[in-house]
Amino acid sequence: MANKKKLTFCIMDGPYENARTVTALRLIDIAAKRGYDQTVFAYEGGVSLTFAKQEKHANSVQGASLGVWDHPLPREWVASIMETARANGGSVDWINCGLCVDERGVGEAIEGTRRGAPSHLLEAADASDGTLIIGARG
Amino acid sequence: MAKYVLLESRDPFDSGDTLHDYQVASDLAKAGNEVTLFLVQNGVFPARKSAHSERLSQLAKENVTVLADSFALRERAIASGELVDGVKAAELEVVVDAMAAGHKTIWL
Repeated sequence: MANKKKLTFCIMDGPYENARTVTALRLIDIAAKRGYDQTVFAYEGGVSLTFAKQEKHANSVQGASLGVWDHPLPREWVASIMETARANGGSVDWINCGLCVDERGVGEAIEGTRRGAPSHLLEAADASDGTLIIGARG
Repeated sequence: MAKYVLLESRDPFDSGDTLHDYQVASDLAKAGNEVTLFLVQNGVFPARKSAHSERLSQLAKENVTVLADSFALRERAIASGELVDGVKAAELEVVVDAMAAGHKTIWL
């Protein structure tokens, strides 16, 4: 694809905290379905989205077992988006800020992600058709 | 003239910043830029008639294209027929289109 598009996203919210995460992943999923090449720079709490040890749990308050509750895991959403990108000829280069990872002890990330630094965000933005920074807010 | 897509995710009843964000959209349009204000998440609430809705209609009169995320509208049971003048429902694809076209895309 000669005119293949390249987009960059920066996300900062941790899992289960804000609707911004869902909106961000919706945007990335749309681009994945189009086969775009994407860089996602996860910063601050966003690095926990791909933490490999996220586990499903039951909901005893509602009497729902593990299987019935089927608790959603952001790491599975991200993995699914990466697969969608691959299936459509695109890619998702998911970079977790290394310092943010170490601060939070979430170094065990899912396959297909890597550690990086904010300079990688700048480099990706420079090489992209469009960049969207989704900042955390109080 | 630059092309801007501004994303607003907050409800003006929840955050006073939102009204300032609307002003940014207005000022950019008055400066001759092509501006789209894309409402997402709780940002779509004033698209249904309320005390803050008139500001959105006014933005449309100032040549700001005001769009509301269809998904966010459905989540909040806001039917397209309830949208105030000047606001149209749109898919989130609009934002990806703008990014791919090199427009300045800013989450306010």
